Amino acid sequence: MKKSRMTERIVAGVFLLMGLVTVGCVLLITAYLVASGIPAIRQIGLVDFLFGKEWASTAAEPKYGILPFLLTSIYGTCGALVLGVPVGFLTAVYLSKMASPRVKRTMQSAVGLLAGIPSVVYGLVGMLVLVPAIRKTFGIPDGSGLLAAIVVLAVMILPSVIKMSVTALDAVPKEYEDASLALGATPAETWFRVSVPAAKSGIAASVVLGVGRAIGEAMAVMMVAGNVPNMPHSLFDSVRFLTTAVSSEMSYSSGLQQQALFSIALVLFLFILLINATLNFFLKRGND
Amino acid sequence: MNFKKVILSVAAVALTVPFTFALGAKGGSVSTDGSTSMEKVIGALGEAFEEETGLGFTYNPTGSGSGITAAREGRCDIGLSSRALKEEEKASGLKETVLAYDGIAIVVHPENPVADLSVEQIAKIYTGEIENWSAVGGNDAAIVLIGREAGSGTRDGFESITGTKDACKYRQELTSTGDVITAVSQNPNAIGYASAASVKATVKALTVGGVAPTDEAIKDGSYLVQRPFVLVTAEGKELSEVAQRFFDFVTSEAAAPVIAAAGVVPAK
Repeated sequence: MKKSRMTERIVAGVFLLMGLVTVGCVLLITAYLVASGIPAIRQIGLVDFLFGKEWASTAAEPKYGILPFLLTSIYGTCGALVLGVPVGFLTAVYLSKMASPRVKRTMQSAVGLLAGIPSVVYGLVGMLVLVPAIRKTFGIPDGSGLLAAIVVLAVMILPSVIKMSVTALDAVPKEYEDASLALGATPAETWFRVSVPAAKSGIAASVVLGVGRAIGEAMAVMMVAGNVPNMPHSLFDSVRFLTTAVSSEMSYSSGLQQQALFSIALVLFLFILLINATLNFFLKRGND
Repeated sequence: MNFKKVILSVAAVALTVPFTFALGAKGGSVSTDGSTSMEKVIGALGEAFEEETGLGFTYNPTGSGSGITAAREGRCDIGLSSRALKEEEKASGLKETVLAYDGIAIVVHPENPVADLSVEQIAKIYTGEIENWSAVGGNDAAIVLIGREAGSGTRDGFESITGTKDACKYRQELTSTGDVITAVSQNPNAIGYASAASVKATVKALTVGGVAPTDEAIKDGSYLVQRPFVLVTAEGKELSEVAQRFFDFVTSEAAAPVIAAAGVVPAK
């Protein structure tokens, strides 16, 4: 008896330790980011840093303004949502409510595969297929830029949107739909007026997941966005995202430039925290 | 989530940096100081030297100017410079030994009819003064400028040789030689630059002033988009025993494959 209680305790301790590893990682990264991100912001000045329109980190007179990156990340993520969410949402409704079991199985494994493709492959395909296609379609000198990045990101967020929405729609009790149909509603009316509202928190969560994926992606957009720190004035401008601003210069950077890159990472981190917090807030309010 | 991975790797790299430089301080060590563009080649040589002799090696990436000053003031054993010494620097008692030549190829799409450009034309193209291929004998099409990210050694080399520092109007700034070559191979109007050693058949390397970027042309200086990687030592002052061994090692035939693997043409 005593012995088994002892084992229980040890097991509980081990599990607790495993849990603490995760928490510890988060705390360590947060502390490290804050500690290494603050000095450059202090030196440059918060307003100049966040709202400066020019980034020239290696020039004789360096400029550290990250407004172009901030706007690009916001535009890019919004664009990806505009393209990706409708496709993902309608696919999810089809898979959950209309598709035959065989079609559903096949399509879901295809979606799963899409999620498993490494981002560098998305970037490479974007570079070899999408960028030349945009160049030819629109008759512009070079196809890389904001639009190419948006299209790549839209495809990348599809799996998270579809998978989570399908799960949410599948979980809607069949009685709701049966009742709606019995009252004379058509199947389409039932799906959009009954099933989707009942699954709305899950669908909203899928969009949050998509935002997280889009705003945090670095590799794929680095290869198709052109990566020049311009202000994003048009869809065809060569632009740089927050993520790529950090990763493209980090390997050679030193001094204030390196500290400023950490500051960008900190801004990105806070940005994602803010988005998650806002959406969580709305989700909770929606549920009550 | 992907961004966590980025942050993690960034943190990991930043944490390991101090350790790599602190290693190998035991049993005598050679200190080098200077050009950031030489980081790759001198890092590879330092590693090979440490493996071969068990002696230490340090490298302080400060820039060519600082490296030359450090060598003159005796703050390091060997200074590193990615340009030839000026006459007054030689007169101040410094000696240069060319370690390798960094040749930069100018690449275009294989279908581009342009086959040769002068250094002046290249500079004008990259600063936006020439915007159309027809101005240099090509098709009537806008030139798409592809380059490397700020801080890259290849970019630094290209811009300092062509005199276009901070003046290039890039359309794309990519982060690896491979990406530059892929981007150029996909766009018939693109021009890019890449380390001469890594040019592949998917793109066409231009001749500059009629000279192709072959190893021989880079070495004898007839190919103009190149620069020497120089070891700077104080004239008449004897190197420490470890520093001398390092010097002999990197200038020996045995070091040539290591230098070539780093993407530059060995002087030997």
